[in-house]
Amino acid sequence: MNEHDHDDQHDHAHEPSDPEAARLALRAEALEALLVERGVVRRESIDAIVARYENEIGPLNGAKLVARAWSDPEFKRRLLADARAAIAELSLPVGDTATPIVVVENTPGVHNVVVCTLCSCYPSSLLGLPPRWYKSPPYRARVVREPRAVLRELGLELPETTEVRVWDSSAELRYLVLPERPLGSEEASEAELVELVSRDSLIGVAPAGAPRER
Amino acid sequence: MPDVHDLGGRPGLGRIEREAREPVFQARWEGRVMGMVYASRRANWLNLDAFRHGVERMDPQRYLAASYYERWLASIERVLPELGALTPGAAPPPLAPYGFEREVGAPARFAVGSTLRARARNPVGHTRLPGYVSGKRGIVVSVRGGYVFPDTNAHGQGEQPQYLYSVRFGARELWGAAADPRASVCVDLFEPYLEAATSGAREVRDE
Repeated sequence: MNEHDHDDQHDHAHEPSDPEAARLALRAEALEALLVERGVVRRESIDAIVARYENEIGPLNGAKLVARAWSDPEFKRRLLADARAAIAELSLPVGDTATPIVVVENTPGVHNVVVCTLCSCYPSSLLGLPPRWYKSPPYRARVVREPRAVLRELGLELPETTEVRVWDSSAELRYLVLPERPLGSEEASEAELVELVSRDSLIGVAPAGAPRER
Repeated sequence: MPDVHDLGGRPGLGRIEREAREPVFQARWEGRVMGMVYASRRANWLNLDAFRHGVERMDPQRYLAASYYERWLASIERVLPELGALTPGAAPPPLAPYGFEREVGAPARFAVGSTLRARARNPVGHTRLPGYVSGKRGIVVSVRGGYVFPDTNAHGQGEQPQYLYSVRFGARELWGAAADPRASVCVDLFEPYLEAATSGAREVRDE
């Protein structure tokens, strides 16, 4: 990311550069003003929600969960059996946990990948908000039909013998992938393991051990 | 006409563009919209199903062209007034119980291992039955318990809790004989979307 991009994204006083963006900003402002005036929402509540998702809730939560599961077989067993209870053990900064999380485990013979074809359901309470590609029509359309080709396109080449299981989050369950522990990480501490877990590996479109995106 | 948001399996939509790094929000207004949606839900003015139905009622061309948070904005601009949130002096509906899990007053009809067929998709109103599994056979891998039923809850017809099942469909069942023999899709489906099927029934293919 260069300096110019950085300024664009974080300087909130920056004026939108195209009329379409300006119209959307105006519509959002107008609706917010009306909702506040009618007492439907408070500005401070919106501020707090935005700040929480911008600063606190993110893929690091999922990385910590995976590192603990790799380090502690009993925790992994509990995580796969009842993820909500296991997640509560770690005191992570999570969002509203009304929607149960289900953890699905990758093994040498089985690879899991998550999508929501009908909208863009994502384990946001744990991982923060989904990336744009996850919400895009091509990903939603294609990964259920040709998962191996989609994974290859995204840089993950699976052996033909590996079974691919796609999870379409069509109701109020949210799926999280427990990636395979990378070869050569046997000596790594739990803190070092956290560094190996990317957001994309938690969705199932990358292996663990790839550089992490936050 | 198929629903524009029901994208699973639809061909021809192009490549997946993955950005190296992206901010949580692309512009300030996106965060404000997200905050409005979450806060309206917390204040009980908005239920998730009515909100989703608001997105689904967008003009199809606009839906495909819009960014994610533009869809959210379009939904709350339409749905919050429909629900009375902008009416002076109106109060939100009585607070629903927390979350989406509910007791169902009857035992589950199907069990893990059952072979089921997904019914035809209701063409009217909101549903969470993806079109690509409609008419296809799958196997129950988990009975998830009772959940609020989106098909009624989106339309002010109450929660009417139903059992939710994770049902696995083989890729060949969904997409035909040329599909990947070692791929499957697992979909979470409500009991009214499902009917018993005989496991030895004729091969169902796309062609």
